[in-house]
Amino acid sequence: MQIRDDAPLLESPATSRRGFLQCMAWAGTGVVWSVAGGVLSSRSLAAPGGGGSGGFSFVQISDTHIGFDKEPNPDPVGTLHEALARVNVLEPAPAFLIHTGDLTHAQKAGAFDTLAEALKAARVGERFFVPGEHDVFADGGKEFLARFGAGTQGDGWRSFDWNGVHFIGLVNVLGFKSGGLGGLGTEQLEWLEKDVTPLSASTPIVVYTHIPLWPVYAEWGWTTSDAPQALAHLKRFGSVTVLNGHVHQVLQKVEGNVRFHTARSTAFPQPPPGTGPGPGPLKVPADQVRHLLGVREVRYVQGTGPLAVIDATLG
Amino acid sequence: MASRIVRAAAALLLSASTATPQRTGAVAPAMAEVRIEEFRFTPATLEIDPGTTVRWVNRDEELHTVAFVDGQAASPALDTDEAFSRRFDSPGTYTYRCAIHPHMAGTIVVR
Repeated sequence: MQIRDDAPLLESPATSRRGFLQCMAWAGTGVVWSVAGGVLSSRSLAAPGGGGSGGFSFVQISDTHIGFDKEPNPDPVGTLHEALARVNVLEPAPAFLIHTGDLTHAQKAGAFDTLAEALKAARVGERFFVPGEHDVFADGGKEFLARFGAGTQGDGWRSFDWNGVHFIGLVNVLGFKSGGLGGLGTEQLEWLEKDVTPLSASTPIVVYTHIPLWPVYAEWGWTTSDAPQALAHLKRFGSVTVLNGHVHQVLQKVEGNVRFHTARSTAFPQPPPGTGPGPGPLKVPADQVRHLLGVREVRYVQGTGPLAVIDATLG
Repeated sequence: MASRIVRAAAALLLSASTATPQRTGAVAPAMAEVRIEEFRFTPATLEIDPGTTVRWVNRDEELHTVAFVDGQAASPALDTDEAFSRRFDSPGTYTYRCAIHPHMAGTIVVR
């Protein structure tokens, strides 16, 4: 597994560099991670031509955990609103918002309502969702799909095209395999293969899902058992960006043409992989929690190429 | 354990003669406990006799569940100090997980 620092950096004029990801490294699992400070990354996508027009941006929020009420953040609705306030000052306005799961904390009563109401404040054109395990464990995803699954297929997967970029939302929280790893399942994998078959290899691909599609830390279930089959279907594409949540921290990895980015939560941080007894809320002093929560903006500029993944914290 | 079962059986016979459900329920049934602590089920494997009721108690500050692979009724999300019980009458091996943290797994073996 290759982990490398990402460069060059791309500044976003709309977000402060202060509070962005600090250098961090840890050893505890036999793997040392090293992520360069500053804004995360930029890269060139295959330019489909047509000059500089057709660019757009979108935002990713994740792990809003509405219903959570403990330390280090008993008010995740408040921090969600802070996150959306950051979204609402972005220029140009994001074309849409992607939520990569764990909308609720264990499907607590009324939590889906609260989230839907809060998201009305987001000045974005559209909203796309994939579930986290917290959203589906009690009823197999019934309520989630009824409320947030319009336009999806199967257990909630979908694809759509936006200005030449092909987006694929995958669901990996309904087929847990032995060992507790996320799973996509045969039906979804077959759908994925058919979905991308007509696309040219130069089509930029963005995959979004809840659990990482790369082995962040299998002992905590922070990976997806059948992700290799999914990634095999995407191997021929020149650029693939994979966005996910679940781990409540920014980590990234580059493997060939695929860039993996995990996202911060808007509710509470979790410990680095393998640190402490398990993947629960990381207790930090109240004045520090906002440094560990955040939102992500992704920019795509057609022709000139860079698709920038820009992570900003709430504090 | 064996003497407790004998006592429980004797008490059951006694309570049957008085025939009140309350009395039957008050007889000390075979019970066993699994702690949910630090993202683990302890003991991870528990051997019990048929008729034993297993009680899971969440000692973590994080929510956990008890969800059986055999599809039997799962617990709701258990908050700190909340508990869930299931009685096992048939011999067999029952595996379960926390549905929120599925890397957490445990096994009940009914002899």
